[in-house]
Amino acid sequence: MSINARATGALLAAILSTTAFHGAFAADDTIKVGILHSLSGTMAISETTLKDAMLMLIEEQNKKGGLLGKKLEAVVVDPASDWPLFAEKARELVSVNKVSAVFGCWTSVSRKSVLPVFEELNSVLFYPVQYEGEESQRNVFYTGAAPNQQAIPAVDYLAENEGVERWVLAGTDYVYPRTTNKILEAYLISKGVKPEDIMINYTPFGHSDWQTIVSDIKKFGSAGKKTAVVSTINGDANVPFYKELGNQGVKAEDIPVVAFSVGEEELAGLDTTPLVGHLAAWNYFQSVDNPANAEFIKTWKAFTKNDKRVTNDPMEAHYIGFNMWLKAVEKAGTTDTDAVLDAMIGVSVPNLSGGYSTMMPNHHITKPVLIGEIQADGQFETVWETPGLVVGDEWSDFLPDSKDLIADWRKPLECGNFNVATGKCGGKGS
Amino acid sequence: MHARLIHRFLQCLLVAFCLVVTLFATDLRAADDLRAMINALGGGSFQESQKQVEALAKTGDPKIVPALEALSEGDLYQRKADGTVFIVKPAGSNFKLTDALTGDAAGEEAKAALEKVKVNNGLRRVIRAALGGLTLMSPDAGVRLQAASTILRTPSADALEGLDAALAAETDGTVKAVLEKALAASVLVSDRPVDEKKAAIATVVQTGGRDSLSLLSGALLSADESLRPDIEVGIKKIEDQLALWAAGQNIWYGLSLGSVLLLAAIGLAITFGVMGIINMAHGEMVMLGAYTTFVVQQIIRDSYPALFDWSLAIALPLAFLVTGAVGLVMERGIIRFLYGRPLETLLATWGVSLILQQAVRSIFGPTNQEVGNPSWMSGAFDLGGLTITWNRMWIIVFSLAVFGFLLFLLKKTPMGLQMRAVTQNRRMASSMGIRTPWVDALTFALGSGIAGIAGVALSQIDNVSPNLGQGYIIDSFMVVVFGGVGNLWGTLVGAFTLGILNKVLEPYAGAVLGKILVLVLIILFIQKRPRGLFALKGRAVEA
Repeated sequence: MSINARATGALLAAILSTTAFHGAFAADDTIKVGILHSLSGTMAISETTLKDAMLMLIEEQNKKGGLLGKKLEAVVVDPASDWPLFAEKARELVSVNKVSAVFGCWTSVSRKSVLPVFEELNSVLFYPVQYEGEESQRNVFYTGAAPNQQAIPAVDYLAENEGVERWVLAGTDYVYPRTTNKILEAYLISKGVKPEDIMINYTPFGHSDWQTIVSDIKKFGSAGKKTAVVSTINGDANVPFYKELGNQGVKAEDIPVVAFSVGEEELAGLDTTPLVGHLAAWNYFQSVDNPANAEFIKTWKAFTKNDKRVTNDPMEAHYIGFNMWLKAVEKAGTTDTDAVLDAMIGVSVPNLSGGYSTMMPNHHITKPVLIGEIQADGQFETVWETPGLVVGDEWSDFLPDSKDLIADWRKPLECGNFNVATGKCGGKGS
Repeated sequence: MHARLIHRFLQCLLVAFCLVVTLFATDLRAADDLRAMINALGGGSFQESQKQVEALAKTGDPKIVPALEALSEGDLYQRKADGTVFIVKPAGSNFKLTDALTGDAAGEEAKAALEKVKVNNGLRRVIRAALGGLTLMSPDAGVRLQAASTILRTPSADALEGLDAALAAETDGTVKAVLEKALAASVLVSDRPVDEKKAAIATVVQTGGRDSLSLLSGALLSADESLRPDIEVGIKKIEDQLALWAAGQNIWYGLSLGSVLLLAAIGLAITFGVMGIINMAHGEMVMLGAYTTFVVQQIIRDSYPALFDWSLAIALPLAFLVTGAVGLVMERGIIRFLYGRPLETLLATWGVSLILQQAVRSIFGPTNQEVGNPSWMSGAFDLGGLTITWNRMWIIVFSLAVFGFLLFLLKKTPMGLQMRAVTQNRRMASSMGIRTPWVDALTFALGSGIAGIAGVALSQIDNVSPNLGQGYIIDSFMVVVFGGVGNLWGTLVGAFTLGILNKVLEPYAGAVLGKILVLVLIILFIQKRPRGLFALKGRAVEA
């Protein structure tokens, strides 16, 4: 970063903090936590839940006495599903409201939009959603799944347990599905799948007319080999997609669909009877049976005062991220960014699927991978899980230009894209 | 003499008794074996369960059918205390137990005391095949037909013996035809002699369709050298048939997309097309219609579940009234002050659209709401090689009905006459004694109401979320402008043209590029004919 940018940033921060001195007063007796999730616009459907989950976690922590003897205070802003606005709101949270950490973002494009802000202002972001990988940033902790914690185990499951030999990779047309499908394609070909047995299909955001694509899938599936669909279709488009599958009679027993973006929340708007048996790969399901999860679900239902509310994987990611942050702050004895960044690595907290998750030096965490089948009541039933925990792999081993890269934020390396082949920091993405 | 008779009698009695006892015992033992096998379904891995199901199927005992059906539905539970497996039905916080073999009631048990026997796709496939084999000899022709169709879809060499026997005993013509196809399909995957397989290939080719193609392509991978030419010719033949049907299918999809566009745009054809108001809140009227459907279904689900199939019919007039009322309030409250000022109207209606979205989000929450499909809107039927889904078909019918209704209203009723008069020459109409402000308000309410009933139909195929309307607003304007502003027929032709164009391009260009291409074509078209397909002529245009 140039000195100029730093000076401008400081100047801007100074101006902002004088105009908004209101925020500075309260700073002494509480620790502030920023929540950066869209409460309006397209992504509100998914992100509002995460905002509520964070408010609940903060409330619960305050009941237990807060952090470092101070109460936690949530600062909620609404970036309105508008990607550039994410950067502005992030700047507002850090510079004006002086938050100690920010929990937020959903889409990859919103994360990319705030990255320079967190780097410039040196603050901490916890990102809770499964994403395409190919990134590791000093100020960001990725508590969602990297492709090797979701996509690759799911494909392995289908190949081994269902004997799938032909693959449809269907996704929404943006960075996460495109990168994930690139990784999956390379992985499948490395496993001996022929290129003509892979069909890749992209659709626009909010696509609602799936007739042609579903009939294409049926056509592709009638080549005499067992076929499966790997879906990275995101958000709203899933409901009409599944409705069309159900209506055209594509049964999970014939052509199973495994989805990476469909959780309990997405199924809540859907009659799931025709979908029983279709799959999803996540690191957490509401149906996971253990005391910690039962407690979490109970607290969530009480907090939202709604007995029908469901929990989902990104909520669990926030639960893990928030507890990790608490532990790191306690360990460091301060909320100062540099101290917290150092203390975070190696922190281990219980997750909700019955084990412990640890923050790795690459700022990704260890998680179990679960494959679940959709049930008639809109929940998932775990049919397979990895025997142990899987470490998030930020730079995919299956892409030619990132297979030599690693990230390690411990001293003395402190690099997010270290190239082991050349021995230099600063490969792709610098 | 007497004594001998008694002796003989006793002897007979003894023999009979022994016979009964042994029979009873073997029967008991068989039942015990079955019970042990069914109990063994619980607790193991999916692979073990699959083996158990296969073993159960080998017994050929029809008594296991209910248990297998329950397992595939996920209703089979194991009691943790003694490992007995029951078929359960939820009853409040408890489960009502039914004996898995006899079907007798077996009391109730707390949910926590039972553990579900897990089932996955692989297991469900095995169960389906097993059930097909078990129910082939059922006295009910309907059950036999279903069994035969199941085997046709999942042919296996194991099913051959059962099929041969069933075919010999079958009397019903339809069932027999399906059995023959199933037999042919099963022969194809078995190790029967080549000439038998050749006959089977001929039958499969004659059946045609996607499933047969799949079967033949599968067989080709492991076929004997002498069979290859036959299979290849068969595949070619079926593919040619399918290609022809695929073209028809694309046209059908285009009609279906066109009907959705028509529904979305037809309300706008009135507010924008006839009145000239740039109504950015049009999409939100569609959304309100969909939410009305949701509320109606909620009430029906809670209080009158028997009426569920009628929910859409009930929602239709309500949606019209609700959105019509909102439209009326909008026109009286905001739009009437802005006539002749398109930019201000655009901004004001856009503001209204944001307010409506956020209001719905605050009341119902940001998540999707579940709107169910009535039974007559679910599933599909085959018409030749076409798969036609019921919901799409009814939406096409519905959109045309709405169009017809609107056309009638505008062309044949006094209200329609007044509407046309006011929009064509306001001052003249006013001089003739027409209360123009009132007609404006009613026209706008009508356009909004129509958008509302479109929402009822769209709730069947799309998400019911606060964003529902945003997805349709651009398409609606596109259709109206393309078709020609102020002309209902233009909207109809425009919607179906765009629908079919989109669907014909999609298989070649992909969904994303297809949409872009359509947009580019429309831009070029508008350059050439700025007033759209069916331009209004005459003085009204200049007014």
